[in-house]
Amino acid sequence: MIRLSGYGWRHAGRRAWAVRGLDLRIAPGERVLLLGPSGAGKSTLLHALAGLLPADSGEAEGELRVDAEHVGIVFQDPQSQLVMSRAGDEVAFGLENLGWPADRIWPRVDEVLAQVGFGPDRSRSTSALSGGEQQRLVLAGALAARPGLLLLDEPTANLDPAGAERVRRVLRGAVPADTAVVLVEHRIAEVLDLVTRVVVLEPGGGVRADVPPELLRGPLGDDLAATGVWVPGHPAPRLHAATPPGDVLVSGHDLRVRDLALPDVAARAGEVLAITGPNGSGKSTLALALGGLLKPAAGEVRTRYGPPHRWRAPALAARIGSVFQNPEHQFVTATVRDELALGGTAPARRDELLERLRLSHLAGANPFTLSGGEARRLSVATALAARPELLILDEPTFGQDRRTWLELVDMLAGLRDSGHGVITVTHDPDVVTSLADRAVSLPCSPSDADPSVSGSSDGRSSDGGSGISGSSDGRSGISGFTGTGSFDAGSGIRPSADTGGAP
Amino acid sequence: MTVWPTDGSGAGPGAGRWAPLARRTPVAKIAALALFTTAALFTRDLAALAFALAVTLLAAPLFGITPWGLLRRGLPALFAAATVVLSLTLFAADRSGTVLLHFGPFLVTTTVLYNAATLALRLLVIALPSILVFSTTDPTDLADSLIQHTRVSARFAIGALAAFRLVGLLGEEWRTIAMARRARGLDAGGNPVRWVKVFAGTAFGLLVGAIRRGTRLAVAMDARGFDSGIPRGLARPIPWRAADWLLILAGAVLAAAIQYLAHR
Repeated sequence: MIRLSGYGWRHAGRRAWAVRGLDLRIAPGERVLLLGPSGAGKSTLLHALAGLLPADSGEAEGELRVDAEHVGIVFQDPQSQLVMSRAGDEVAFGLENLGWPADRIWPRVDEVLAQVGFGPDRSRSTSALSGGEQQRLVLAGALAARPGLLLLDEPTANLDPAGAERVRRVLRGAVPADTAVVLVEHRIAEVLDLVTRVVVLEPGGGVRADVPPELLRGPLGDDLAATGVWVPGHPAPRLHAATPPGDVLVSGHDLRVRDLALPDVAARAGEVLAITGPNGSGKSTLALALGGLLKPAAGEVRTRYGPPHRWRAPALAARIGSVFQNPEHQFVTATVRDELALGGTAPARRDELLERLRLSHLAGANPFTLSGGEARRLSVATALAARPELLILDEPTFGQDRRTWLELVDMLAGLRDSGHGVITVTHDPDVVTSLADRAVSLPCSPSDADPSVSGSSDGRSSDGGSGISGSSDGRSGISGFTGTGSFDAGSGIRPSADTGGAP
Repeated sequence: MTVWPTDGSGAGPGAGRWAPLARRTPVAKIAALALFTTAALFTRDLAALAFALAVTLLAAPLFGITPWGLLRRGLPALFAAATVVLSLTLFAADRSGTVLLHFGPFLVTTTVLYNAATLALRLLVIALPSILVFSTTDPTDLADSLIQHTRVSARFAIGALAAFRLVGLLGEEWRTIAMARRARGLDAGGNPVRWVKVFAGTAFGLLVGAIRRGTRLAVAMDARGFDSGIPRGLARPIPWRAADWLLILAGAVLAAAIQYLAHR
């Protein structure tokens, strides 16, 4: 059904070929996992298969043939794929484009919504859906026209673990047997049972390996792990603090932002605190409040210097470094060097950071042209420039390949060991197991949150009220949060699991 | 629909749907609105404009909005009208007619007041009916109706609809970028020049992000066969009923009445 011979594509204005010398055949009903390190051209190949590379946007060579009546494609971010404002209209959109009559469209919409397990009414506003629901809706839209070929470009990367699992369940159950599937995914352990074949692209061009999934556990797997692919059986290292944490740097008390009640947390020097929980539980909001970027509607954030949202921005940057999920939101200058020099960073410090985060060769580059991993490293470097004692990161490992992931985790562990406090919001379980000294898990959704959480409870929380000086029992260990007294298990917050960090 | 103001009047694009005029086909509503407001626009007669305003307020319940609710929604327009009256009273060049008040440099005459009142009323008679029509019209229905009842192309109507959905996301994006820049140590600190720079920087970041998101959405729409040359199907056919003609006719009659009052 798909036949590529010697296929190559070069984007207009680029010197290097995105993909080149590809020979590949894919038959109807095959389930192919497409692997390769960042920059190997996986996304370009998917775009080519979907017919989304207009002839005037680059240069093609070789042959590409796709004999499928319809091709469906699902990208990473549901927000930038939803077209219509009502759920049912969204699924109908593709069918309208194919000229289906109305009396055939709606039965098919209902059928495919049921297949993907979409619960809400079809008149529900798409902006009111959770990320997982949105992505299943996008999938329903792609499946509605009964595509012969379904292309999936990291469809679960933006979702929390529960939402991602539901999408995978749909992929297991709702894709017709004769539909060929090509899937790109960084985290492959969870999707190996979905595929019948693994194709590994070579960054320089061509196919490096074309094997059944079982072979990934052999030497090929070791090889791939080394080049940055996530391969099962290669667990991440465990990097936990060797010394007990120090003083409390920032703590939140009875915080409430909009209608969200947030649990009390305290971050200490020399400790990595992970904040986990499903999408919409308020993890990022909590991080913003602790980082002095959001004024809480109620409650307070305490630090040695008072509530951080009152600080002037330069003072804030010198005390708390915040790293946003999308690095580009924080880039404000035209070169990597200027980005680090912002706010009067000494040239020596700037060069040290460039060196340490392997950005020296990119010092003159525009931050907006960096790859995902490079942009992430730069955003961490900018947050570190003014030597803040606390670093707060929102999903720092999101969308990173294994090599960048390891670098990041290693770097954060190094910062922690040199006495920094680190707070990381994450839904990546590997970050929790390999890095976090303590984890706080936020409950499901605002409506599930126990209102009593915000009201102060018993004597234990007033103990934490000493705030900045550090809670008295906080030294009891790094292996779990139960001893720290930051908040109590009876207040409706699910206490975090011991993250297994016993020294 | 997060883009609609939610106020106490309880009327949104969905809420007024039971109301006889809110339910009419969007194109018919807009045609009637165009006739009515055009007639008002070319009138400088106080009585005709007052008549048009009264009709608007009385028609509001037919759109599922109380007259009081309409005024609340139209608060910015009322504020603008008040500003017009005030500034014309103070600065108008034509100060003929009977002097009503002469206090220091201020000279208020009947002509001044008349001109100010007609200008303010014209503003209201254009703004309030537009609020009635657009706040009871779902954007999706409007796009469907434009495609089915006028010669607007699906490429334009659906494309604009999708873009409109993204506009709703810009507010959140703005807040995120503003916070991200504060985290980088950038704020105005009370200095207006720096404030302008920070504002411009945030706006630029928003623009870059919006273009990227728009490009991704366009690719996703292409991938689903949008505007691929196949004649498009209609998932939501909207019938054109006799009532839609009646609504347009009512708009025309009211427009004639306004012009009659103005030229009697």
